[in-house]
Amino acid sequence: MNDEIIFFIDGVQVTGRPGQTIIEAADEAGVYIPRLCHYPGIEAWGSCRVCTVAANGRPCSACTQPITTGLVVENDTETLREYRKSIIEMLFVEGNHFCMFCEKSGDCELQALAYRMGITAPRYPYLWPEREVDASHPDVIIDRNRCILCARCVRVSRDVDGKAVFQFVERGPEKKLTVNAEARLKDTDLDVTDEALDVCPVGALLKKRVGYAVPVGERMYDQEPIGSDIESNTDAAPAAATEVEA
Amino acid sequence: MSENGKGTVAAKPRVATTSLAGCFGCHMSILDIDERILDLVEIIDFDKSPINDFKVFQEQCVVGLIEGGCCNEENVHVLRDFRKKCDILVSVGDCATMGGIPALRNTIPLEECLREAYVDGPTVHNPSGEIPVDEDIPLLLNKVFPAHEVVKIDYYLPGCPPSADALWAALSALLSDEPVELPYSLIKYD
Repeated sequence: MNDEIIFFIDGVQVTGRPGQTIIEAADEAGVYIPRLCHYPGIEAWGSCRVCTVAANGRPCSACTQPITTGLVVENDTETLREYRKSIIEMLFVEGNHFCMFCEKSGDCELQALAYRMGITAPRYPYLWPEREVDASHPDVIIDRNRCILCARCVRVSRDVDGKAVFQFVERGPEKKLTVNAEARLKDTDLDVTDEALDVCPVGALLKKRVGYAVPVGERMYDQEPIGSDIESNTDAAPAAATEVEA
Repeated sequence: MSENGKGTVAAKPRVATTSLAGCFGCHMSILDIDERILDLVEIIDFDKSPINDFKVFQEQCVVGLIEGGCCNEENVHVLRDFRKKCDILVSVGDCATMGGIPALRNTIPLEECLREAYVDGPTVHNPSGEIPVDEDIPLLLNKVFPAHEVVKIDYYLPGCPPSADALWAALSALLSDEPVELPYSLIKYD
């Protein structure tokens, strides 16, 4: 039984295992593919499209596409960088992202991706949508102004916490995060210790009374760009360093 | 652009600054370049700016620094004037680049904002219930607009405020005709 799959990312040979997606194999090989909705260990979702790569020339999301022997993946190309940048910029104008007072600032994956991509201002006009805040729960707040509909909380609450507290309603620009109760978050069985609260990439799901604890300069992405941990992955397969003729 | 054509000694490049719908925090950050401000005034002259309190433009400027977005018609007027009088316009700070704190009102109808401020607010004492309207008060816009949704902006320095180092890096690059390329540590939105 062959338990190795050899494929290529940007001309570099990468070794993965059967059943892995491109993003999983890339992570292990120390190759960072930007992502937002992807979260290790839970069902792949493939909705944010930030991890879009070209696999044998076809655009696809690296978090859902399985690896196959000889697959040629393009990741860090000018075209793909530009696609991803425009997705991040669209996310910024589609919501109401006020980084200057957000508790998640410095630890926010959306913001960190924008920093990594060197975005100083989005090229699209701001939409200023009306979004609801739900602060009814004694320990948790939902601020939909910041929600990017990544569904991490939906998946983790359902599959890890076993509660299915969160779900989406409506479609397109009307799509929003809602809770599995007649009315508000306080009516659900959400608990402050639920893992769903720890996976929000932005400041949409926040625990109360714990904000701003870490000083500026010491937060997750203050010094090192997002993805640095993956890029410095020392477990990377030796084959990853082998340059292959294009 | 700074030559006035009068055959006098070569003039220093001129820099203008303004605070539109901002809090002057970005101007504080300009002052926060500390002793480097002595180097700065060696190589530039400030034109219209709150720093020297010049109310009108003296000459065409090389660089204009815009703090704040546009929340009223006067902001739009000043910003358009800056676009005409400055070769390079830089949005300085989150308010200029995305509207910032003033833009928090963008999801609330303007009339509701005014009623809250002048009639319904818990600390308001206004027996007549009137909302101020006067030709001397600039009309509020329906929404707060980032500077680049009103005029063309050439460079952006996000941050609340952008750090003195970010401002210094950008100004140094612009005044030496180099592209503004901020390193990771200087692009911050907070």
